[in-house]
Amino acid sequence: MTPPVLSVRNLVVAIPSRAGVSRPVNNISYDIAQGEILGVVGESGAGKSMAGNAVIGLLDRPAHIASGEVWLNGRRIDNLGPEELRRIRGRQIGMVFQDPLTSLNPLLRIGDQLTETIREHLPMTAAQARDRAVAALEEVGIPAAAERLNSYPHEFSGGMRQRVVIALALCAEPSLVIADEPTTALDVSVQAQIIALLKRLCRDRGTAVMLVTHDMGVIAEAADRVAVMYAGRLAELGPVRSVINTPRHPYADGLMGAMPSLAVGQRRLRQIPGAMPRPMNIPSGCAFSPRCPRAADKCRIDPPPTLGDDPKGRAACWFPMEHPA
Amino acid sequence: MTAFVEVTRLGRSFDVSKPWLNRVIERLPRRRLVAVSDVSFQIEEGAVYALVGESGSGKSTIGRMLAGLMTPSEGAVRVAGSDLHADSGARKTARIQMIFQDPYASLNPRWRVRRIICEPMVVTGGETEGLAERLLEQVGLSAEDADKFPHEFSGGQRQRICIARALAANPRLIICDEPTSALDVSVQAQVLNLMSDLRDELGLTYMFISHDLTVVRHMADRIGVLYLGRLMEEATPAQLFTRPRHPYTQMLLAAAPLIDGRTRDIDLPRGEVPDPISPPPGCAFNPRCPFAVELCRKQRPELRDVDGVRVACHLAEQIGTPPAP
Ligand SMILES: Nc1ncnc2c1ncn2[C@@H]1O[C@H](COP(=O)(O)OP(=O)(O)OP(=O)(O)O)[C@@H](O)[C@H]1O
Ligand SMILES: Nc1ncnc2c1ncn2[C@@H]1O[C@H](COP(=O)(O)OP(=O)(O)OP(=O)(O)O)[C@@H](O)[C@H]1O
Ligand code: SF4
Ligand code: SF4
Ligand SMILES: [Mg+2]
Ligand SMILES: [Mg+2]
Repeated sequence: MTPPVLSVRNLVVAIPSRAGVSRPVNNISYDIAQGEILGVVGESGAGKSMAGNAVIGLLDRPAHIASGEVWLNGRRIDNLGPEELRRIRGRQIGMVFQDPLTSLNPLLRIGDQLTETIREHLPMTAAQARDRAVAALEEVGIPAAAERLNSYPHEFSGGMRQRVVIALALCAEPSLVIADEPTTALDVSVQAQIIALLKRLCRDRGTAVMLVTHDMGVIAEAADRVAVMYAGRLAELGPVRSVINTPRHPYADGLMGAMPSLAVGQRRLRQIPGAMPRPMNIPSGCAFSPRCPRAADKCRIDPPPTLGDDPKGRAACWFPMEHPA
Repeated sequence: MTAFVEVTRLGRSFDVSKPWLNRVIERLPRRRLVAVSDVSFQIEEGAVYALVGESGSGKSTIGRMLAGLMTPSEGAVRVAGSDLHADSGARKTARIQMIFQDPYASLNPRWRVRRIICEPMVVTGGETEGLAERLLEQVGLSAEDADKFPHEFSGGQRQRICIARALAANPRLIICDEPTSALDVSVQAQVLNLMSDLRDELGLTYMFISHDLTVVRHMADRIGVLYLGRLMEEATPAQLFTRPRHPYTQMLLAAAPLIDGRTRDIDLPRGEVPDPISPPPGCAFNPRCPFAVELCRKQRPELRDVDGVRVACHLAEQIGTPPAP
């Protein structure tokens, strides 16, 4: 059996400050297999971006990996130095962020940016790299690709820029792509195009994808499995259809009830009382207990079992929801 | 009987020319951007009228003209029988308030919540004793919150404060411009429920602007679909979502991520929204429309009644339901 492309084990990201240490990512474990799209969903501040950035060694100081392991294709990478990590990014891990301009140099023609990335990671002559850059742009649907090599990022529309970023992320044929809110800034019509593009490219090449977004609709369209994050932890992890149709964690269940698209014909949406706690004020026991309709005394004292310890467990909850078959 | 809000042939353009000197040196013509053109619709008292459309379609511009914050270049807005822009007393009698997307930017960070909420009443010289406390409780916060500052609240709570402020002036019409777009779904559910409750209790009329079709479907009695500043279609949610008539509406519905959509095969939208400074001749949607014929490139279709729906498409009668998702 081939090992998963990405394997994250008991990952903890800590941020020390004068007020104490906060853990915006607290003991999460998951795998992503070849050709699989894992969606990571959760509210703002749940720790989604931190979880993704920790994998690629892009945490901003003072945030750091306090414990846990990250394995890429059977090799441990969380303990590598910055130089080695930089080489892995681009070559083995491609990245797509919400704002395409964070990945593009505004002063360089996109052709130069592509060929530079390609030659940095692959043994190619300038001419070979140029051909590859054209092919990469054609693949992501940029018309007249050969001519567009000379264009600067600002000469493209937002949607076209994000296509260029995807071309850049995939041009060295990485085995893993981390996409953090790749379509959040785009119109729905362009979003649909970009999601379809990501899906197609990853299917064709067997690339594993970590798709971070707060939009459950995007996850439902794109992901094979979904991880629901709450206050730095994984609340639920399972096949996307199962989690949407039969959520087992009360938070995941509340989230589905709050979606207008799942409440067609209902006058009111279901609401979860209160708000997610900040990383400095996570309640003891289960982090969701103050808002949970199923909470019992046990929940306020003992943290529920961590997802991943029990490979069959889908929800980190003492009293998961049951759904009649 | 005339409707509570009557918008007639509303238009607004902006001068987006370069500065005079550049124009002279570079021999550039003046450039005008038509943000809104020939938009007519009515809102019944107590109803929710929604405007949807992609970024730049003119939603906020219409919203601002309806709130009396911007003067139209053409056409008129009548609220409760008087012309908002011609009749100087009209804004006062119409009692219009506005709620914006970013609840933080629209609250003065140095003012306490009491002062923020009472501000509209202070301006009109009304009684403010106990007003903030009463309104805070009405929007689900507590009376003690009146002494706090905006930064002490979460995004959802801040939007409640904005709603409380809007209610202070005892409004009849509230223009909501993407009121929940910056909020997480679980918080969005709280705010949308609150808005529905207030509408029932106070008989408010809403103009609801959003790019999120699922939210609009949940909230609206009537929906106007905008593209490049023009109304493409207007219908009830039931009509629009079961049988979209306009090819652009069909494209939007197909592109919107569906929570139960994973297995569906959609026709991906073509291209992107064109530059609004030089929109295509004829039907503005023709370069992206799968049904476009010669006539579409020459003549702009009027918005007209087709089976109880208003559609601006030459082929509205022929174009049926798209294949069921
Ligand atoms: N430099 C920092 N110092 C202290 N706390 C931080 C820092 N950066 C992020 N955080 C906190 O870490 C938590 C997780 O942040 P993260 O950006 O991962 O959230 P997210 O789930 O990606 O949210 P969003 O949907 O808003 O992008 C948040 O509560 C945030 O306030
Ligand atoms: N003050 C202005 N000066 C010049 N152009 C403007 C101005 N305000 C708006 N526009 C232009 O008018 C068009 C409509 O803008 P508007 O803000 O109404 O769109 P919108 O539908 O609200 O978009 P979004 O979803 O991004 O909020 C856009 O092309 C915009 O660039
Ligand atoms: S462990 Fe308890 S409080 Fe936490 S989600 Fe489960 S039932 Fe609710
Ligand atoms: S008028 Fe023509 S181009 Fe415009 S939407 Fe209808 S069929 Fe398409
Ligand atoms: Mg994030
Ligand atoms: Mg707007």
